[in-house]
Amino acid sequence: MLTSYGDPFETLFALQRALEARLSSDWVGASTAGMGSYPPINIFQKGDDFVAVIELPGVGKNDLQIEAKENTLRIAGKKIVAYEENASVHRRERVWGNFDRTFSLPIQINPDGIRAEYRDGVLSLLIPRAEREKPRTIKIS
Amino acid sequence: MATQQELQVQQKREVERKQESTIPARVFQPVADIFETDHALTVIMEMPGVDKSNVDVSVENDILTVEGRVNFSNYEGLQPLYTEYNVGHYVRSFQLSSKIEQESISAQLTDGVMTLVLPKAEKAKPRRISVA
Repeated sequence: MLTSYGDPFETLFALQRALEARLSSDWVGASTAGMGSYPPINIFQKGDDFVAVIELPGVGKNDLQIEAKENTLRIAGKKIVAYEENASVHRRERVWGNFDRTFSLPIQINPDGIRAEYRDGVLSLLIPRAEREKPRTIKIS
Repeated sequence: MATQQELQVQQKREVERKQESTIPARVFQPVADIFETDHALTVIMEMPGVDKSNVDVSVENDILTVEGRVNFSNYEGLQPLYTEYNVGHYVRSFQLSSKIEQESISAQLTDGVMTLVLPKAEKAKPRRISVA
């Protein structure tokens, strides 16, 4: 659980430890495109809803396609790496190409309520839980 | 350039320092492309999640250092359920040769991609020699 500390370093360590602990959790299960596919995804819980954070540096908004149906999400697009003409390349570490990743969440979501935001090379998807999935208080009569 | 290849996930590389860090945070080394033209050397680095105001570019003793800090406040109140990558700050340094005009290095950051243009010094530019 991430708590808000006064010390920014402590917030950073807490987040990094929490991310490490959840690494290769099987929450998404062995779906069609499980681990190892591009782009890598982190999924968080925020109250009742979910947030998917995806690192896509250098992918233009217009080259990105996001689709949602029932509890399945698809993120497709292309990443272009261009060099100037007549340039001699000294080092090439960045990857480029097409990507198409589909993943299913093990819960019911409201696909119409998904909001996407792309900032500084990071795509955030706010995924609301389906109304019927929300826990209900059961009163004892 | 061909764009038909399939993208592979790159594991983030942690920075290896000569000295051990006193804080246990993970710092990553951004992937970089470097290419050279007649006029300049261009360094392109990927630092997703780094905002323009949280990046430092400095030159000291002919070493160019780029530091990018990720804004962790975006993660407040979020509880991880499933993760495939870790987040952290970015640091990378390059040794500059005397052929670079250090005063006129320019930097630009868009969509998490940092572009540094290192102009070559006049004496380092290629000269065409005509045969009389």
